[in-house]
Amino acid sequence: MRARQINWGFLTWVALVNTTVAATTQSSVDPAGPQAQHISQLWWVMLYLLTGVFILVMSLLSIGAFRRRSKAAETSGRNVIQTDSLRETKMARVVMGGVVVTTVILFALLVSSFIVGRTIYSTPKEPTVLTIDITGHQWWWDVRYENQVASQIVTTANEIHIPVGRQVVFKLNSADVIHSFWVPNLHGKTDLIPGHPAETWLKADRTGVYRGQCAEFCGHQHAHMAFEVVVESEEQFQAWYESQLKSAPAQLTSSQSRGLQLFLSKPCVMCHTIQGTDAGGKVGPDLTHLASRQTIAAGALQNNRTNLSRWILNSQDVKPGNHMPPIPLNSEELNFVLDYLESLK
Amino acid sequence: MALLPVALTVTSCKREERNFNTPPPNVSEAQTNPSFKNPLEENAYSLSEGKRLFSQYNCNGCHAQGGGGMGPALMDEKWIYGARPEQVFATIVEGRPNGMPSFRGRVQETQVWQLSAYVRSLSGHVPKDAASSRDDHMQGKPPESRTKEQPIKNTSPP
Repeated sequence: MRARQINWGFLTWVALVNTTVAATTQSSVDPAGPQAQHISQLWWVMLYLLTGVFILVMSLLSIGAFRRRSKAAETSGRNVIQTDSLRETKMARVVMGGVVVTTVILFALLVSSFIVGRTIYSTPKEPTVLTIDITGHQWWWDVRYENQVASQIVTTANEIHIPVGRQVVFKLNSADVIHSFWVPNLHGKTDLIPGHPAETWLKADRTGVYRGQCAEFCGHQHAHMAFEVVVESEEQFQAWYESQLKSAPAQLTSSQSRGLQLFLSKPCVMCHTIQGTDAGGKVGPDLTHLASRQTIAAGALQNNRTNLSRWILNSQDVKPGNHMPPIPLNSEELNFVLDYLESLK
Repeated sequence: MALLPVALTVTSCKREERNFNTPPPNVSEAQTNPSFKNPLEENAYSLSEGKRLFSQYNCNGCHAQGGGGMGPALMDEKWIYGARPEQVFATIVEGRPNGMPSFRGRVQETQVWQLSAYVRSLSGHVPKDAASSRDDHMQGKPPESRTKEQPIKNTSPP
């Protein structure tokens, strides 16, 4: 019995630690940028103020509910509420005072939330140096770094790298239904509406990995439509960018080249692009640097060999309803394909 | 009379079912059984998936939205390589002379059945309640749910 209790305590502790850890990677109250800072300040102001109001109202209500009627009213035996003009005036003043205070508080909150909204959604003040096009798909994110020179455009998916301390403009669009782009640690939400490009910007004050999430219900796998924003130093970002510009490796081991052949002759090739090969599908995520990404399936799984094979063989078990069909491969073929995919650093 | 609502409910359920993990119809059975029916043709989700894949796999590159272009029209009554579901399936998998490539192995089997169902819906050969009633882009023709069933004329290659 005692062991059982300790176990429960331990489990609670684990759960608490997990929530705290999760809260730091996707949390509005752990701001990592100026916009999230504003949002979080507004949130705390509202929370404290409204908690105060709630406690006050509830206390007054309980006083009203539990206070006995006066002795005179109880003994008179009549069921009519006695009115006392002096008391009535006093009560009317209390009610009036309540109305005035409520109006003032609500108006103050309205003004401050308006100011916060104006500030965080205003057009960026610094000149734009980095623009990223985001296209929402059911259920993943297409990420493309704009550049005047076509060969300098980086295409990736579900993982956005940005340099710390720099303002980054995002151009948002959708390929199918309405999605919403939300990185709680950095900013509020911006909707992706098909055929109606939207724009927003982010700035991160400190490095780290922040989880983003689709915030507009978009179908079966809406909950598994996440992405990661990796905020890194300028040098790290440049190094990442340079590596992403490269085509897929041409020097392959025999099993990797068997994997590439299979990739090109199986359903993979219909939907995915691997730059430097004949695979040029635009339906699913670009896989040129798949192995460099932390997650697969839009944040649903960690990117490792086991999860990749699970995903390839039957992604419908992982994310039912997603648009990737089960790929019929025997274990030997699967290993070749995995060897190849793991070479895509 | 009492059975009518029940019957309607049962059929509409089938229409709306989304089977993500069910195996596709058996190909050899489809090709040997003369009364074979593609179950995906009665399912709205499968037909709309077929419609999505039709443009995503660039079928419309040659066949346009069914009206034809470089490839033959798919919304008319002419069928060069057969109008039956398994014949359309075979045309996609094997390819046909003068331009139609073979998609063997490249398009997953369930998806070929979905495409076959959608292609047949273009000339009204699937139940109207399951056929797609809208396009994601500008419509150049009435949607499949309002397409009249075309008579089937088997023709030889042009």
